[in-house]
Amino acid sequence: MPTPDSLRLYGVELDSRLLLGTARYPSPAILTEAVKASGAQLVTVSLRREAAGERAGQGFWSLIRDLGVRVLPNTAACHSVKEAVTTAHMAREVFGTPWVKLEVIGEDDTLQPDVFALVEAARILAREGFEVFPYTTEDLICAERLLEAGCRVLMPWGSPIGSGRGLNNLFGLKALRARFPEVPMLIDAGIGVPSHAAQSLELGFDAVLINTAVSQAVDPVRMAGAFARAVAAGREAYLAGPMEPRDMAVPSTPVIGTAFLG
Amino acid sequence: MNIQVNGEWRQIGAQDLAGALEEIGLGGTVVATAVNGEFVPASSRAAARLAEGDRLEVLSPMQGG
Repeated sequence: MPTPDSLRLYGVELDSRLLLGTARYPSPAILTEAVKASGAQLVTVSLRREAAGERAGQGFWSLIRDLGVRVLPNTAACHSVKEAVTTAHMAREVFGTPWVKLEVIGEDDTLQPDVFALVEAARILAREGFEVFPYTTEDLICAERLLEAGCRVLMPWGSPIGSGRGLNNLFGLKALRARFPEVPMLIDAGIGVPSHAAQSLELGFDAVLINTAVSQAVDPVRMAGAFARAVAAGREAYLAGPMEPRDMAVPSTPVIGTAFLG
Repeated sequence: MNIQVNGEWRQIGAQDLAGALEEIGLGGTVVATAVNGEFVPASSRAAARLAEGDRLEVLSPMQGG
């Protein structure tokens, strides 16, 4: 019988290693079905201006609560330490969780994190009791600073948000994984297809956060299921210990005892 | 007085943040508030006095990635 293999994030155990974003689905009903099909137990949410009298946010929040999943509020679209810290405070009150996916965007074309501001904001929030999930790059020194600042989880990007390009810097991500083997790491951003997710898990990353690849698929519910199976397969493969690639062929059929038929 | 609510100027009669939320139809909803860029917790809204030209942000749960 396989041993339980749960994902532990800030003391919370999750069975699913697939985190799902809730943005850009064709409809609330499809979002609901996609979350169910993905098996995700943690979904990302955000805060936006509520149009007076519209109450769209209230409906969304009730939909999420009915799903019975944990939420990870983000600070998307924040460009400064102050904006991100204030947004985190507001999210903590609304969503009732100390968890925050900390994003401080440094550049609009790539949505690359401003890692200097990220570290500063992470330090402030960790000191205030937040449990910070920093959206970062694969930079080793930045990772070290984030851990020093109090982060206990890292969320390196695979490639730019919404780009679907997969793991853009394989060498850098492998180096990051190897440098901090004990730190839970989630690949956040850039995953386009289930094989990218499987690859992330095979490399030893602890989970993936997917949004656009599911919500913008022709059939998001079906794609959510495909991602769930890819993540499970990738994790199993990691635990099973993948073989080392080689440059030259090695016969898989034993050579000894080969008949001489020439 | 004139208050900017989520980027739009509005005439508000209420003198405090809790009253202003009621006035714009968001009383009793799950929202987070900030005045002039500073977070105002729900428990402090009744005591938070508003002044002419204040910038009020009212944020609500939304889809996010």
